[in-house]
Amino acid sequence: MTLAIKASGLAKAYGDVIALNGIDIEVEQGTVLGLLGPNGSGKTTTVRILATLLQADSGTASVGGFDVVTQPDEVRSVIGLTGQYAAVDEYLTGRENLELFGRLFHLSKFDAAKRATELLDRFDLSDAADRGIKGYSGGMRRRLDLAASLIGRPNVLFLDEPTTGLDPRSRQGMWAVIEDLIAEGTTVLLTTQYLEEADQLANRIVVLDHGNVIAKGTSNELKSQVGGDRIEIVVESAGDVAKAADLIQEFGSAPATTEEVVKTVLLPVAGGSTAIVNIVRKLDENKIAIADIALRRPTLDDVFLSLTGHATEVDEVAAPAKGRRGRKARS
Amino acid sequence: MSTLTSQSAKESTAPRPRFGWLITDSISVSRRHLLKITRVPESLFFALIQPVMFVLLFAFVFGGAIDVGPGGAQAYREYLIPGILAQTVMFAVAGITVGITEDASKGIMDRFRSLPMRPGAVLTGHTLASLLQNILVIAILSITGLAVGWRIHNGFSDAALAYLMFASFAYAITWVGAWIGLHMPNSEVAGTAGLAWIFPFTFASNIFTPVATMPTWLQPFVLWNPVSCLALAARKLFGNPTPLLGDSFPERYPVQLSFAYCFLLLAIFAPLAVRAFKTRNK
Repeated sequence: MTLAIKASGLAKAYGDVIALNGIDIEVEQGTVLGLLGPNGSGKTTTVRILATLLQADSGTASVGGFDVVTQPDEVRSVIGLTGQYAAVDEYLTGRENLELFGRLFHLSKFDAAKRATELLDRFDLSDAADRGIKGYSGGMRRRLDLAASLIGRPNVLFLDEPTTGLDPRSRQGMWAVIEDLIAEGTTVLLTTQYLEEADQLANRIVVLDHGNVIAKGTSNELKSQVGGDRIEIVVESAGDVAKAADLIQEFGSAPATTEEVVKTVLLPVAGGSTAIVNIVRKLDENKIAIADIALRRPTLDDVFLSLTGHATEVDEVAAPAKGRRGRKARS
Repeated sequence: MSTLTSQSAKESTAPRPRFGWLITDSISVSRRHLLKITRVPESLFFALIQPVMFVLLFAFVFGGAIDVGPGGAQAYREYLIPGILAQTVMFAVAGITVGITEDASKGIMDRFRSLPMRPGAVLTGHTLASLLQNILVIAILSITGLAVGWRIHNGFSDAALAYLMFASFAYAITWVGAWIGLHMPNSEVAGTAGLAWIFPFTFASNIFTPVATMPTWLQPFVLWNPVSCLALAARKLFGNPTPLLGDSFPERYPVQLSFAYCFLLLAIFAPLAVRAFKTRNK
């Protein structure tokens, strides 16, 4: 296995504030690492160090096999960076921006122009190519910014909160574009405070909190730390709760718990969707009316809560409007 | 659809000496700033309006009260124009201070710094674009001067040397502005701080009034002030009135001293600014 990014013991403090407290990160070539954490957890500091924009107080890091401190030029020629805000010139057109960055990437004039056209096409910006960025929507700016970071065909792409502040539709659009890049084999380090986003895009996830790595693993590994799937059944009448729990216990992987006040039975299960069918059938046979039934998978929100004891401190209004990853079926 | 990322080497990053890339990158960056001027022509318009207004104000309003020796109002206008040229070159510095602070506070600086370009080119490109704008303003100002009665009395070579001196000084002094801009927290502060240091240098000088009219304790500063040297040198080269105070070094060798100032400013502030650029936010 080849490591595209390797960092060990990275530490950075701004005065008394510790931004990074000695973290280790490894990203295999061709994979996506999601760096997940709330504001101020050290995500951006990590990206800035790896992208040679910031010098760590201690620790070492290499990107694409080059040391970020001693070989910054080499690192810069293999990376692409998309920051939290669109890093483009407001007064230039989309095409002029891409051509400028292409030239500064030391492409020939011809190649820079060709590449700009290619990228504008690819990111659905051809129609707006010769308009000033000032007239672009937030989503268009982000796409142009992502296009700019791909000018040099980077092996390693840093996406620092690529969808923060975008509306749900633009976010879905960015995800689709990023998924394409991933499919092409680009190594990606993605930072996000949206748990959905890490879940959707990353192979492996590192959870940061106050400059420390508090967990790492695949999305499923992290979720299994807080338990597996559960089925949540709400019955019509409170009197049926105990009976229902008894009846469906045979489908569970652990004892069911009940909450009579809200007429709910919670049953841990192994095979989620088949269990739903069996439970519905069983309760129906026994004439127990179901008000609601849902398969609940633990979300990364649950993971964060169980790891840190506090929620992600993300303004939930701004979070993706994708809903929880559960399938709901009304009976 | 073609593959956009590949493991192969870059197609045209041919090896080239670092200095060669510095020039290519600087041209790319200055092109960006020149394009910007065409997108916001108002900025150029006001850069032109201000010095022209100064010419008109001093030529027709204040000029009558200032005595630069025989020749009256006509002599004052000839005295004034080289001074206004020096003033214009100074005031233009505030623009680059704000421009650099604005860039630095936005993501585009991070984009530049994550590219394999020569880092110094961000500044050389910006200063070059600013020089081109300055040259245009100097040309238009000279025409305005001719219109109000200013004349070039000496030969072509002296006049050419004077313009070369203005251009050199304009370029060298923008590095001071760039260096200041890299230390400003935001463009509002840059707007005030970028002008604050310019005022004493511009007005405690001989550009509007002869040194002899100023208090003796201030005269040494005024004499050695690079802005005074520049204006005096230009008056000598153009053959305009040069009311001298005495026989001090800066009054005897203003041209040489002006070029020495250009060299000094560049030698000190260009490396300082490039270093500030590289270490900003590190």
